[in-house]
Amino acid sequence: MQLTDTEKAMRDGDGGEAVAAAMDLLIRYGTALGAERLVETDNVAGAFNASTPSVRKIAENGMAEVFSRLNLDSDKTVEIPQMRARTCQLITGIDDQNWALQGADPQMVEMQRDSEAFVGQRGVNLMATCTPYQVGNVPTFGEHCAWMESSAVIYCNGALGGRTNVEGKESTGAAALTGRIPYWGYHLSENRYGNRHIRVDVPVRSMLDWGLLGYFTGEMVEENIPVLEGDMSGVDLVKLKHFGAAAASSGGVEMYHIPGHTPEARTVDEAFGPNRADDVHVYDATARKKMYDTLQSAEDRKVDFIMLGCPHNSIEQLARIAHLLDGKRLHPDVALWVHTPRAIRTVAERSGYVARIEAAGGKVMSDTCPAISRRLPPGVRVIATDSAKQAHYLPAIAKVQGWFGSLEACIEAGLTGTWTGDF
Amino acid sequence: METLTTPLLIRGRCVVAGRAEGEALVTTQTISGWGGINERDGSIIERRHELVGQSFAGKILVFPGAKGSSGWSAFFHMTRINGVAPAAMLFTRMTTKMALGAVVTRVPSMTDFDHDVFDSIRTGDWVSVDAEAGEIRVTRRGDSTS
Repeated sequence: MQLTDTEKAMRDGDGGEAVAAAMDLLIRYGTALGAERLVETDNVAGAFNASTPSVRKIAENGMAEVFSRLNLDSDKTVEIPQMRARTCQLITGIDDQNWALQGADPQMVEMQRDSEAFVGQRGVNLMATCTPYQVGNVPTFGEHCAWMESSAVIYCNGALGGRTNVEGKESTGAAALTGRIPYWGYHLSENRYGNRHIRVDVPVRSMLDWGLLGYFTGEMVEENIPVLEGDMSGVDLVKLKHFGAAAASSGGVEMYHIPGHTPEARTVDEAFGPNRADDVHVYDATARKKMYDTLQSAEDRKVDFIMLGCPHNSIEQLARIAHLLDGKRLHPDVALWVHTPRAIRTVAERSGYVARIEAAGGKVMSDTCPAISRRLPPGVRVIATDSAKQAHYLPAIAKVQGWFGSLEACIEAGLTGTWTGDF
Repeated sequence: METLTTPLLIRGRCVVAGRAEGEALVTTQTISGWGGINERDGSIIERRHELVGQSFAGKILVFPGAKGSSGWSAFFHMTRINGVAPAAMLFTRMTTKMALGAVVTRVPSMTDFDHDVFDSIRTGDWVSVDAEAGEIRVTRRGDSTS
């Protein structure tokens, strides 16, 4: 792999041992990919904190060892300097305020706080969300990024026209300290054109519609780049967030085009560029129904947990939930958790939404989600969610039954204790 | 049933250098890291995976590549720390998840083969890998009937 003089100096120790270890990892990683060179990045979103029992033993030796081993793949514990690139922490395992409700071990809470103090001191912005783009990290068109989190990666590439591959814990650590990432995959213009065609024949309007279309898209194209054409409207941040998270769950979609709505292609021709897609996948009423059925993994209609906020909810979504719960009370056998970034929670508190949701018996959670933390209220057997991604993952992870439906159907189940959602 | 007297030679591209030999564990299905494996014993836990319940610890893992969460590398990284990593990884689909995972698992890894490895290697075959030389040697083992 070709290195610039600056990169060679980093490799040879000019920036200290941690930067040298980071560059060594990037060289090994770039060589494995077959990348020709690295590219500069000033936007890293990764996983740097320690919040799980598996990390405990390493954390006993200090947070520098956690970063060295798990974020740099270094056998030697090196002193960790300030991050060179703008860097944020993605979703974590423990809600810093509602950890007791989660049933988290106080020692794990303390470990997470220690690790956050360590990386915060070194310039990691503790956004603690799967949606950094909702709380101030909005990549500009063409910006080279190094992001983890499949739902964030597809949002960065598809909705914003930023450029990132799906990075991991070690490559984001190395990118944060060097401001470099392999120039491969979605960093190159020629790899961003569409190569699968989806024709949308039924109207796509509501959140439910966008989730189902996303789930269909992932099923059809796997890891390819779909170009969607047809009857779609009401496109906004929240719907593209939901669509992308679903497509990245059922397939491995990391990039897409909806000409007229997403920034990288104004027309279908522009979206395909030099590529051709001979087969057209048609999304019609039958396909929509099939996706809806696929996402149901429950038989028991007696619901005991409503999970909202995957990916983390926006302020408008919290306002809507508060409105639907106004003057009502959850069924005594049902818990309702809504997940939102901590920064948005602060706005929601000030706007009165948190109080209104809690007055009905719900809880507003931040920093984490049940799929990441593997923590649900005790005794949960049947969940309901408005998230295709959560309906895809949580039943398998937590060994529960899962219903998927609209936000309104989920709230209704929360109030009555019974799933009556229908297609 | 075919019995090979001399090992079959397959050539490919080195992803992570090193040599290893062992029994093959072959699947045509991609593997998830987070939510797909138990990093403490190296077993596949994804319910609908054809290898569910089987461990890749010490095996030559032959598979298309990685799928799922960006936690892929971190989970395979933990299999190395826990001593239950595969002995080598032979895969056909290059992605960032796969490349980074192979690098931090630090086992000999190869891709871009001159044979269809899913036709040429069966679970239970004895496989020796010299990644730097870009060579794999496959010896068919006994009564493999797959």
